[in-house]
Amino acid sequence: MLDATGGMGGSTLPLVRLRGVRKAFSTGTVALEGLDLTIGAHEFVSLVGPSGCGKSTALRLIAGLGQPTQGRIEWPQGETLGDVGFVFQEPTLLPWATVFDNVWLPFRLRGQSRAQVQDEVMGALDMVGLAGFSHAYPRELSGGMKMRVSIARALVTRPKLLLMDEPFAALDEITRFKLNDDLLALWQDQRWTVVFVTHSVYESVYLSSRIVVMAARPGRVVADLAVDVPYPRDERFRTSGAYNGYCRLASDELHRAMGE
Amino acid sequence: MATVTGERVIESADDRPQATSGRTARILAPLTIGVALLLGWEWLVRANGIPPYILPAPSAVGAELVASWHTLWPSMLVTLKIAALALSAAIIGGGGLALLCSLSKWVELSLLPYAVVLQVTPVVSIAPLILIYVDNTLTAVVLCAWIVAFFPILSNTMLGLDSADHNLRNLFELYQASRWQTLRLLRMPSALPYFLGGLKIAGGLSLIGAVVAEYVAGTAGTGTGLAFRVLEAQYRLNIPRMFAGLLILALLGVAIYLTFSWLAWLLLHRWHESAVRREN
Repeated sequence: MLDATGGMGGSTLPLVRLRGVRKAFSTGTVALEGLDLTIGAHEFVSLVGPSGCGKSTALRLIAGLGQPTQGRIEWPQGETLGDVGFVFQEPTLLPWATVFDNVWLPFRLRGQSRAQVQDEVMGALDMVGLAGFSHAYPRELSGGMKMRVSIARALVTRPKLLLMDEPFAALDEITRFKLNDDLLALWQDQRWTVVFVTHSVYESVYLSSRIVVMAARPGRVVADLAVDVPYPRDERFRTSGAYNGYCRLASDELHRAMGE
Repeated sequence: MATVTGERVIESADDRPQATSGRTARILAPLTIGVALLLGWEWLVRANGIPPYILPAPSAVGAELVASWHTLWPSMLVTLKIAALALSAAIIGGGGLALLCSLSKWVELSLLPYAVVLQVTPVVSIAPLILIYVDNTLTAVVLCAWIVAFFPILSNTMLGLDSADHNLRNLFELYQASRWQTLRLLRMPSALPYFLGGLKIAGGLSLIGAVVAEYVAGTAGTGTGLAFRVLEAQYRLNIPRMFAGLLILALLGVAIYLTFSWLAWLLLHRWHESAVRREN
C-alpha cells in the first residue's frame, strides 16, 4: 500500500523534469541544491516541507519566474511556458478591475478582446461557481471567493500545468475543505497536472496522488510517496484508516527531514 | 459544479440614518464655530470702536465684497487661470517625468536631482529672476506656480508606479506581458491613488505659487489677478477690500481641494481602501 521509493509508479508521461537544480540568491542563501524532480502528466503532486525548504522557489522556477543557478528544467513534451497557470497564496487580483476583467487578463495580455473570449471567461467563472459575480469588484468578495477568481484566472487559458503556492493557507477550515473538494472535482474532470505547495500534511494527503517531502538548508527532496487511494475522494476519506496511515507516514518523513 | 453557499458577500449597502447624522454634524459643528467667531469679531470691533483701516468688522468686509465684486471677480478668474495652467503643466511635467523615470533608470538618475533642486529652492527667491528673463508676465507667473506644483505630483507618481504588488508583477511576467502592458495595466492603475494624492497637494500649491509670483511681480507687472488686487488694496489702506480678497482666495483654495477630493473619490471608491467606507 505504501510506496516510499518510486512515487510516480511510472504510469504517466513526464511533463516537466528538474535536473540537479541549484538556486542561490544574491544574498548568498542557497534555496535549492541538487534538486531532481519529475512531474508526470495528469499527476497531482504536493510539495511538503518546513519553511525555507525551497518549495515555493521550485514552483517559481517551474513557472519560469527566474532561472536556476545550476541544473536544468526540461519539458519532454515541448516547451509549455504559455500553458502554465499559477495560483499564489494571496488571491493576487487587480483591485481596480471587475471579476470578469481579472479573469480576462491572461487573454488581454495576449491581445485578445473581451468579446473574443467572452465565452471562455464566463465558462471559467461558471466552473468555480462565480458566474453571477462577473461585475463585482474583488473587495466585495469573501476570501474564498477571491481565491476562486484566482483559480478561474489560472485555468481560463486551459493550461497543461497548474502551479499552486499554498493557495488555501489563509482561508478558514470550512472554506478550505470546500475548495479542496471543488479543486479535486475540476482536476478529475479536466485532467491537467497540478503541483501544489502546502505546509499541511493533511491537505497534501487528501488532495494528492503523490507527495514530495523536502528538507531545508539546502532545499532538496528527501522522500517521494505515492498516495495510492482512488479518486473521487470525499469527506469519508478524511476519517478513513488509509488517510491516517498516509498522514502518519508523511509526518514521519517530514519530522525526519526537519530533524536532520 | 461548485457553488458559493456558505461563503459571504460583504454587503456594500450603506447605513442611511447614521451617515446622514454624521454628515450633518460635520457641517454643523464648524459652521457653529464660524458664526460664533464672526459674531465675536463684530462685537469686538463695534464695542471698542476700532477703525476699519485697522480691523474691519465682518459686516464691513461683506459690504466691500459686494461693492467691489465687479473688480474682484474678474481678478479671481485671472488667478484661477494661472493656477489651472500651472497645474496642467505640473500634471503633464510631473506625471510624464515619473513615467520616463519608471521606464529608464538613466532618466531617473540624471534628471531627478535637478527636480529636487528646483523643489527645495524657495520660489519667492527664484520668481524675481524669472520675471527678468521671461518677457511675458503671465508666462512668468505660470512658470513660478508650476515650479511649486509639479514636485508632489512627480514624487507621488514615482512612488505609486513602484508600489505595484510583487505577485501581480510575477503574474504579468508569467504571461509574458510587454513592458508597455505592465505599465498600462498594472503600474499605472497602482499609481493612480498616489497620483491623486499628489494632485490634491499640487492643486493647493499651484494657487499659492500663483499668488506668490503675482506678489513678486507686484504693480510692475500687468497683473490683474487677485493677489495684485490685495496688494493694491494694501497700498490704498483699503483694509476691508484686502480681507475680501483674502476671503475669495481662501474659498478658491478650498474649492480646488474639494474638487480634487471629489475626483479622487469618483475614481477610487469602487476599489481603493482610502476611498471606501469602513463597515464595522
